[in-house]
Amino acid sequence: MAKYLVKRIGFIIVSLFLIITITFFLMQAAPGGPFASERALPPAIEEQMNEAYGLNDPLHVQYFDYLLSAITFDFGPSFKYAGQEVTDIIKRSFPYSLILGLEAIFIALSIGVLLGVIAALKHNRFGDYTAMVIAVLGISVPSFIMATILQYIFSIQLSVLPVARFESFAHSILPAVALATTPLAFIARLMRSSMLEVLNSDYIKTAKSKGLSQRVVTYKHGIRNAILPVISYLGPLVVSILTGSFVIEKIFGIPGLGSEFVESVTNRDYTIIMGTTVFFSLLLLFSILIVDLIYGLVDPRIKVARSGGEK
Amino acid sequence: MNWKRWSLFLALVLTMGIFLAACGDDEEAGGDDGQDPGTEETDSGEDNGNSEGEGEGESGLAADQTLNVNIKTEPPSLHPGLATDTTSGAVLDQVFEGLMRINQDGEVEPAMAEDQPEVSDDLTTYTFTIREDATWSNGDPVTAQDFEYAWKWVLDPENADTDYAYQLYVIKGAQDAKENGGSLDDVGITAEDDKTLVVELQQPTPYFLDLTAFYTYYPVNHNVVDGVDDWAQDVTETYVTNGPFLLESWEHKDQIVLKKNPEYWDADTVNLETINMYMVDDENTAFQMFNNGELDWVGDPTDSLPLSAIPALKEEGSLNISSLAGVYYYAFNTEEAPFDNVNIRKAFASAVNREGIVQSITQREEQPAMALVPPSIWEENAEGYFADNDADQAKEYLEAGLEELGLDELPPIQLSYNTDEAHAAIAQAVQDMWRENLGVDVELNNEEWNVYLDTMGEGNFQVGRMGWLADFNDAINFLEIFQSVGGNNYTNWEDEEYSDLLEQSRTETDDAARKEILREAEGIFMDAMPISPVYFYTNAWVNKDYVKDVAVSGLGGVQYKWGYISDAKEE
Repeated sequence: MAKYLVKRIGFIIVSLFLIITITFFLMQAAPGGPFASERALPPAIEEQMNEAYGLNDPLHVQYFDYLLSAITFDFGPSFKYAGQEVTDIIKRSFPYSLILGLEAIFIALSIGVLLGVIAALKHNRFGDYTAMVIAVLGISVPSFIMATILQYIFSIQLSVLPVARFESFAHSILPAVALATTPLAFIARLMRSSMLEVLNSDYIKTAKSKGLSQRVVTYKHGIRNAILPVISYLGPLVVSILTGSFVIEKIFGIPGLGSEFVESVTNRDYTIIMGTTVFFSLLLLFSILIVDLIYGLVDPRIKVARSGGEK
Repeated sequence: MNWKRWSLFLALVLTMGIFLAACGDDEEAGGDDGQDPGTEETDSGEDNGNSEGEGEGESGLAADQTLNVNIKTEPPSLHPGLATDTTSGAVLDQVFEGLMRINQDGEVEPAMAEDQPEVSDDLTTYTFTIREDATWSNGDPVTAQDFEYAWKWVLDPENADTDYAYQLYVIKGAQDAKENGGSLDDVGITAEDDKTLVVELQQPTPYFLDLTAFYTYYPVNHNVVDGVDDWAQDVTETYVTNGPFLLESWEHKDQIVLKKNPEYWDADTVNLETINMYMVDDENTAFQMFNNGELDWVGDPTDSLPLSAIPALKEEGSLNISSLAGVYYYAFNTEEAPFDNVNIRKAFASAVNREGIVQSITQREEQPAMALVPPSIWEENAEGYFADNDADQAKEYLEAGLEELGLDELPPIQLSYNTDEAHAAIAQAVQDMWRENLGVDVELNNEEWNVYLDTMGEGNFQVGRMGWLADFNDAINFLEIFQSVGGNNYTNWEDEEYSDLLEQSRTETDDAARKEILREAEGIFMDAMPISPVYFYTNAWVNKDYVKDVAVSGLGGVQYKWGYISDAKEE
């Protein structure tokens, strides 16, 4: 197990190194710079700023500086928000994204699994069709449309929830629901098909013929096996919800990290681009690792340590 | 079997318990927050009592003097020396104050300065006396040294982030100190004593007093901030200000709260007790918040209205419009064929239906622009130098131009703009006008903002969209862009006579004569037509009826000093 972990962490470091390198060179290759603005600066002042931010150093020096800053996780100040440290920006905006993301994942998982199971149990009956109509709608309606519709219904028409911003639990409901729609629909479909497969398998038939009640068969033998694909989807889901919340954060005026991530690219704010990229990569790599470990716990057939060792 | 089932049940109950507990917490928290507005109301109820007690004589004031506005984004810096954008300016203008302030009527009036300054006969030396009752929010008096420190800090080459240092370049020795290693001691800023500030200018500058109202010219409390580099990062003891409002809290990217400054010298004028500035980036969301009563003001100058909402607002008559000193234009690359020919440039400029664009696309009652300097600065420019949408004239110019170039018809040309809904709509309309009036194939090319600036800077365009907003209310602001190639002049056009006239205007001390010179320069410019002006900008916003006397400036700024909430809110 320990050997497996060390190996996986080794992979994480290598991937991180590749990510930083690619990001750095893409960032440098993109036209425009952090100080470009509608009002061109006097050349002398622009020169002083380039000097102060180390943009005049040769490329390889800048590259090693970034590598170093990634290792120490100290990216220095933002270019656009004069004096604000990148780590402070991440620290203050990540909690918003985290709360929003967790809420969305909770909604997506609970309702998605529920819909999927209902659909599978009522296969080709009314329940199945209802659940799948909801799922198809969820997948095909983009989250920003969903957000506007939710705002219109619950804030403007019914006046029960605030339009935007992120102050209390009430504020978080609409963005979380809007963010959860697509993954919810995806999970429902995933759950339905894998549940159907499981329900038709031999051991379920055995369990049924042994005389176990429908409930025990469904919950104990069915769901536990059927949920495996959903778990493997969790890793990418966590990251896509955390990084993909940009649109939702913008519509609801939430000061989260997703918008910071996207805006830094538009602003060519090099230090923030680096900081958020490294942060999100770490998040992605570790959540995949954790999902793999959980997988081993849920499904005893997979021996994490041994299979890792054999490879 | 039984115990197994029970343990399963127990586990289920426990997990449900965890979730429920979590939900319960949330709900409690939600409940608390839900009550928050309630408590706020009672709070403000108490405030009411106070303000009623204070202002019994004043009629028409609502009890709750709280204004909710949207400033769209995080202000990049609340350090007056580092700020370079309107969002930061919108906050700084409330919490700091310079020697002068632009009042509701757009006139310069003394602020930190006691009176109008004494000006020497050659108009290059200004002596300001700081008012006795001017204090910092920590109780220190505002001194001439504070101004000297703040301005020289900006001019110090060691402080590299000061993009707007060039706003101070009218002061003698300022440019030298910033760019050419000149000594800061030679800069013409001298604090004679605590209350007397003497400023020597490079040459007579008729708009210098306007400049002293600009945020780069704001003072900082040098006793507090000297040596504290990050004093303006957050609301701390070192964030010491001298304006009508105090920075109460700054939650980055989320919300700024301003409170009235009771120690402000003119505190009697200030009615608003609290200003909540939210940072909601999405225009549609902000507009919904306004409709829902969560905002009292939406649109310019700190935010913008969604394009789609404007026609309806106009119809119901709630849209407010004020002019803004700025021009939206298409720059021609005068080194790129066919725009190296002046008749071709004139043909393209005449073939644009500006009235149509402002009527059916932008719809904010912008004025069609047939000149460079906005009519809010020069009234006569409402007419302009040529006729709008003059297809016949355009065809004449086109024929003359084609003959000079030895061409039978125009080659396909490219129109560039940065990605944006409104820019795209205007470009499509212009594409159609040019195709119809001139028979030319126009290809549209849009790029992301940073990439676009790069392309324009490299001269890699034929026709490109640009805009310019004045920093201060003077025509030179627009004319000097095109004095030489580079900087903000992407057209590659320059003209010796034009440049000479501008230089001449800088030393001319008589207002009328100066204007005459500048008008002549504009004439030369419009005759060469290196740009095709499209329209002069306006501010467009809606506010709740009970919001009164908020001063929207023609320069894109806003001041809440005189604003108040009328008692119409309670009815």
